Amino acid sequence: MSKFQPLSTAIKENLFSGSFVVFEGFTHLIPYAAAHETIRSGITDLTLARMTPDVIYDQMIGMGMVSKLIFSYAGNPGVGLLRRLRDAVENDWPRPLVIEEHSHAAIANSYEAGASNLPLAILRGYQGAGLKGINANIKSIECPFTGEILAAVPALRPDVAVIHAQKADSKGNVLVEGIIGVQKQAVLSARKAIVTVEEIVPELNTHPNACIIPSWAIASISIVPGGAHPSYTQGYYERDNSSYLEWDKISSDRDAFRVWMQKNVLEQGPEVFNQRVEHLRD
Amino acid sequence: MNYSSYEIMVVSAARLLRNDDVCFVGIGAPSAACNLAKLTNAPDITLIYESGTIGTAPDVLPLSIGDGELCSTALTTVSGVEMFNYWLQGGRITVGFLGAAQLDRFGNINTTVIGNYEKPKVRLPGGGGAPEIASHSKQVYIIMKQSPRSFVNKIDFFTSYGFGNGFNERSDKGIQTKGPQLLVTDMAIWKPDPTTKEFEVVALNPGVTREAMQESVGWPIRYSVTLDENTPPTKLELEVLRDLQERTRTAHSKTRNSGQ
Repeated sequence: MSKFQPLSTAIKENLFSGSFVVFEGFTHLIPYAAAHETIRSGITDLTLARMTPDVIYDQMIGMGMVSKLIFSYAGNPGVGLLRRLRDAVENDWPRPLVIEEHSHAAIANSYEAGASNLPLAILRGYQGAGLKGINANIKSIECPFTGEILAAVPALRPDVAVIHAQKADSKGNVLVEGIIGVQKQAVLSARKAIVTVEEIVPELNTHPNACIIPSWAIASISIVPGGAHPSYTQGYYERDNSSYLEWDKISSDRDAFRVWMQKNVLEQGPEVFNQRVEHLRD
Repeated sequence: MNYSSYEIMVVSAARLLRNDDVCFVGIGAPSAACNLAKLTNAPDITLIYESGTIGTAPDVLPLSIGDGELCSTALTTVSGVEMFNYWLQGGRITVGFLGAAQLDRFGNINTTVIGNYEKPKVRLPGGGGAPEIASHSKQVYIIMKQSPRSFVNKIDFFTSYGFGNGFNERSDKGIQTKGPQLLVTDMAIWKPDPTTKEFEVVALNPGVTREAMQESVGWPIRYSVTLDENTPPTKLELEVLRDLQERTRTAHSKTRNSGQ
């Protein structure tokens, strides 16, 4: 059964230095508040995975908390490159970063394999692609029925998956809707899951095929209104596009980055997110 | 009507899309071209963005691949696993759009690194969905501006495979789809030679000279024997495109500074 907990407690009880953690979300529902709480917790040497590491991973990498990143597209969505990640890969600042690079199709299938309790994922992928030559975790497998050579990648089995969702009911069952990405697969591939939600409602009142994660598949739920800002929560508030543009400037300079993180992350708490989305609510 | 080189690029790509196309759309020029096609010559075209939105009809162009507008106007929105497995690998996409940081004459694409992979001069975002869009879409259309930095003799990394070294290399690898069939730029329209698979220019935009073309491309350009002049955008095409861009600007200016 999931526990309703303050976000700081949820992070402290489940994430540790050296953990393998995934904060999933595909442009929509990015768990910013949980990532910022993780930064404040002071843990380090994390291995992170995600299809689209965006600003939160840029922030964690820039703060020197990450030793390895598994990913398929490392960009600031709609804006450009991730400058802290670039600095880590190109200049080892603030520390060297090991990268394991895949395609979207491969990572989506790696989560699916993890959630399905399989050791590997198989796809018709990477045909003619250079990643096959530089990533030792992309291998080939022969189909025992047809003889076709397919790509194989290991299942992802993170220690903890962290996602943001619209709402939970009073028993802790969670509804995710809109662009749902690979959140369900990520949660079920992980040993434990932490979910932040916009609100708690008595009943989810939805349709039979809705994307619901049952309470007993989740370790911890925290109520953080606005917790996806500057990403968005469908039905609650819009994406804060200007913040993504600003990040391009802030992250282009090491000192400006540290000053910004001190003021906007280290000296804040999850409660600031609600006011950050006030002007973005419908 | 006067028009920019960007406008003729978007219009030229839009004209080649059809009602029965199912397009895997990228952000930027491909998104503008697909939505322009939907508003003009191909109202029934199916647009799919890799965030999982199928049959989407945004009123304004999305800023990111996963804008709420794409989901709220879509026929349905599916998970990432379903998107890549059923719809892309399943062979349902007729046209996959790709852009590139570097492109070579055989339609091979680099969006991974400039320089060496282990110690890159510039670490780019990487492939995302592109390696499989390139191999599973029935055909690939590339839209990008010409420049000597991006149209290079040799790309630094094979993010997405086009025709390799040309001829039958693609089909010899067991890839069954057609690969890059169209390259639309701010200066010209290119198509692969049926035998060598090297891109050749089939139409030059009005006013573009061969000298200017060669200055923007890092390999000796081949021209089709039936070289044409591209038709300028019509008044209607330009009006619809400009309206779309104006609506987009207005909509996105609303999400103003959060005061962080």
